[in-house]
Amino acid sequence: MNKLILGRYFPGDSLIHRLDPRTKLVAAIYFILILFIANNWQTYVLLWTFTIIVMRSSNVTFITYLRGVKPLIWLILFTVFLQVLFTAGGDIYVDYGPIRISSFGLISGVYIFCRFVMIIFISTVVTLTTKPVDLTDGINSLLRPLRKLRVPVDDFSLMLSISLRFIPTLLDETQKVMDAQRARGTEFGEGSLFRQMKTLVPIFLPLFASSLSRAEEIANMMEVRGYQSDKRRSTFRQLHWQNRDTLSLFCMLVLTIGLVMLRSKGFSH
Amino acid sequence: MAMQVTFNGVSADYNYGPIRSPLVLQSVDLNVTSGAFTAVVGHTGSGKSSLLKAMNGLLVPTEGVVTVGETEIKPGKNKKALKEVRKKVGMVFQFPESQLFAETVEQDICFGPINFGVSLEEAKKIANHVISQVGLDVSILEKSPFSLSGGQKRRVAIAGILAMQPDVLVLDEPGAGLDPKGKREILSLISQWHKTRSLTTILVTHDMDDVALYADDVIVMEKGRVVLHEEIREFFNDEEKLARLHLEVPEARSFQLTLEHELGIKLSRVCLTVEELADALIEVGLA
Repeated sequence: MNKLILGRYFPGDSLIHRLDPRTKLVAAIYFILILFIANNWQTYVLLWTFTIIVMRSSNVTFITYLRGVKPLIWLILFTVFLQVLFTAGGDIYVDYGPIRISSFGLISGVYIFCRFVMIIFISTVVTLTTKPVDLTDGINSLLRPLRKLRVPVDDFSLMLSISLRFIPTLLDETQKVMDAQRARGTEFGEGSLFRQMKTLVPIFLPLFASSLSRAEEIANMMEVRGYQSDKRRSTFRQLHWQNRDTLSLFCMLVLTIGLVMLRSKGFSH
Repeated sequence: MAMQVTFNGVSADYNYGPIRSPLVLQSVDLNVTSGAFTAVVGHTGSGKSSLLKAMNGLLVPTEGVVTVGETEIKPGKNKKALKEVRKKVGMVFQFPESQLFAETVEQDICFGPINFGVSLEEAKKIANHVISQVGLDVSILEKSPFSLSGGQKRRVAIAGILAMQPDVLVLDEPGAGLDPKGKREILSLISQWHKTRSLTTILVTHDMDDVALYADDVIVMEKGRVVLHEEIREFFNDEEKLARLHLEVPEARSFQLTLEHELGIKLSRVCLTVEELADALIEVGLA
């Protein structure tokens, strides 16, 4: 439970830590978009170089990032597997009924794998180096234009910050309930899949119950303190755009230009 | 049957991925005799809860050996020993009502015994018995645990542990968050159970009056170490020592000390409860 890396903040004072959360969010989303420009090995090398430089400059150990990939590895491998099996073209190595492993299939499998891993790495960089409160402030500020369309942006970001705030609490509580049920003789991760799923009931039910009662408490508390959802609120923390933020976005632009220049023209493969 | 709990040079920490906590237990040597009612006191973060978890194999030592009866828990994996230990040691966590999950109170109480291989029928019989032992009506067995009041939930949760019929009972502040009356009731119930079943009971508490009322001896913890393990009369005799450990004196004892100071007399013995103090005062003709 405590090995979960996603959504966890690692305190530090690296360049990446100091960037404006808005920059990090925009850059990460932008990076995921431009990943799809890449279509040959040169472009992937460029993307990998960029990813690794960003990861290095966050001052978080590489192993931590690998841990972020770990829970998703089966999903990734499954997708890669499908890609390898069902892409035709190039030299064919195995041809057995509907299964056909071709050189194009293998290559696009590798590409898909790289894409997945880079997306996870880059988004992990954002969550590891940004405090959850800064992240919500950033999202709030980025969504602000939607206010004109009467989208309840503030409510949305409040919901987000409350959920982020309670992730560690919920994890702690899960640990406690697991310990309590273990003390009553439950063994987790044993027996058939059905039995393992049955052992989850005594964990999730108490957690649901306590989450619901906590939600009610928070709602009451906010109402007592005069929270109104349709009123404009000032913020305690202010975001300040710095030169380094402009510079970072400029780097993203350079990366895009590099990718466009290196990518193969015409239809891929 | 009661049994002894022994710690031999036990150190432990919580190992959560990249973050390793400092040692929560540091070379603890401890011997809780069979059938004793032992109180564990100490300040927040002194390692009281970790000590309890180590007794139940929820915290496996990184060094040293924990022995419960015949079963040993050593560093590394010992699945069989853990199952045995958890069967022998019933653990009541802080706010145990958070572990309730079943549809009915009866099912929840039966959960523990069934996990340890008791048949459903037998478990139901036990549930029927323990529910009255914790001072609740048998009719409550059919209700949903989530529909009960806070105090009732607490009792049901404790009943769920008692139903496992453990030989060693460890409790982490079972009275926390209850009103004084509810707290007294829960503790006297535990004390009753302790006596009739001749259990080995270990109770974590902040309240020195609880210690004075129920415990035979006291363990004081500080920064993951056991700094003191004494019989209670000896323990409360020396108020300078208590002050040094930043621990309070039970109310009756504190009243006795003020009285002795004001009147310039010395009572014949250390009084830990109101009744004892009253008797001692009658003896010297003051009441």
